[in-house]
Amino acid sequence: MQLVLFIVVAAICMVAALNLVIQKHPIGSALSLIVVMGSLAVLYLLLGAEFVFVIQLIVYAGAIMVLFVFVIMLLNAGEEARTRGSRVAVLFGVPAVIALVALVAWVFARKALPDAVESTTFHGSVQIVAQQLFTRFLLPFEVTSVLILIAIMGAVVLARRDN
Amino acid sequence: MPGLTTYIIVALIKSVLLLAVLLTGVAYAVWLERKLVGRIQNRWGPTRVGPFGLLQPLADGLKFILKEDLTPPYVYKSLYLLAPMLAVALALLSIAIIPIGPSVHVAGLTIPLQVTGALNSAGQASDINVGLLIIFGITSVGVYGIALAGWSSNSKYSLLGSLRAGAQMVSYEIALGLSVVGVILLSGSLSLRHIVEAQGGGWAGISHWNIWPGAAGYGGTWQFVAFFIYLMAAFAETNRIPFDLPEAETELVAGYHTEYSSMKFAMFFMAEYANMFTVACLATILFLGGWNGPMFGGALLQQVLPVVWFAAKVVFFIFLYIWIRGTLPRFRYDQLMAFGWKVLLPLALANILLTSLVVALT
Repeated sequence: MQLVLFIVVAAICMVAALNLVIQKHPIGSALSLIVVMGSLAVLYLLLGAEFVFVIQLIVYAGAIMVLFVFVIMLLNAGEEARTRGSRVAVLFGVPAVIALVALVAWVFARKALPDAVESTTFHGSVQIVAQQLFTRFLLPFEVTSVLILIAIMGAVVLARRDN
Repeated sequence: MPGLTTYIIVALIKSVLLLAVLLTGVAYAVWLERKLVGRIQNRWGPTRVGPFGLLQPLADGLKFILKEDLTPPYVYKSLYLLAPMLAVALALLSIAIIPIGPSVHVAGLTIPLQVTGALNSAGQASDINVGLLIIFGITSVGVYGIALAGWSSNSKYSLLGSLRAGAQMVSYEIALGLSVVGVILLSGSLSLRHIVEAQGGGWAGISHWNIWPGAAGYGGTWQFVAFFIYLMAAFAETNRIPFDLPEAETELVAGYHTEYSSMKFAMFFMAEYANMFTVACLATILFLGGWNGPMFGGALLQQVLPVVWFAAKVVFFIFLYIWIRGTLPRFRYDQLMAFGWKVLLPLALANILLTSLVVALT
């Protein structure tokens, strides 16, 4: 059951990710990205990480992508023009992709990776996440919030009109 | 512990039943609105179809299906078709998380009255431990239906309506989310079932509701303020008067669904009313004790009574919606934004601070 769900959701995720690149219209790409975020969230849920699932949904699919979609709507961005691709991409991109795929395949073939998380023993509940966040990772957490505050202040300063 | 097949069959039956009840509720909420607003404006409302116009929703549904389904030639077609489906699907989805009662015993099975509810290893009803957040997650994704409808219609009224709706929903979601933190602090859980159970007991099952002072054994806390913040933010979230700027008829024709006709228009309509039911259910669970209420009578009545209390409270909120619709005028856009950010948000933050102080000290 878990495996079937995993395969279905992972397939949706891959198709949406491909669609994101192929789509000509920016709004199509943005919507594909939402589907990618959503299916990633479901994958977290399959691992038993309920809290991470919801946060992924609220923050990425709900907040950040709404911003993307709004910017595209407001700028009324049109369809992209097709180019024939740059020469640099062909010269360096294709060998790099082949090398990367070969490397990953080699690592997988050489050593079977241990299960990163056992879905039966792992519980990403609110209590556990909060406990870790506010004890072990308190400093990084607080520093990140200060960073976001600075970013907000920067945005306000940039957006403010001079009278 | 019943097997997986039983679980799936029971869940399917529950989903179908709940959807049927919800859709009937939506249809009759429209009827109730027309009747009550008629009363408030000193006229009759629908009277012709059936006794008291009770068959009016049926006639309306028939009319929506039979009307010509017009797709304007200049729309962005795939998204134009996707938007109403997205809106109505997401609106109906959140009802699956809502627990409408403790559990019933049917045919030797204990069935929690909640689509996502299940029995834990101890044989007690339990649900997903982040239920409240999932509803907020679904609500936050629900913006896309409206945003895409406005943009893909390729009309200035629709676009302005959907931009207003998006900005309004994103702004008020903050106040909405923060207003419930006090309740979460009191019950110590994000599971809707736990939140309701924490409000049980007391005088006639009423005195421990979160809306009263000193709820859940914490003297000095009062979620009354949070309740009103929630209520106002919920009105804004569902685009109802006095916050119905996204569909302000006097300036935007019909707002984001101006270009929609027939069943596609009806889908937006259904989505709006289903969302009203969701926030009403949530208000009931968070502040009015969910299914808790005076219990009496025999074993059968004991099973039915919680659901009756729950339904009564939800109907009360629907009534409140309609009452306010018939009473208040519409906000101006700048007033709406200022009210959300400068009044509701600071109030919600102050409530969190006070409640956590009380919870920490007692």
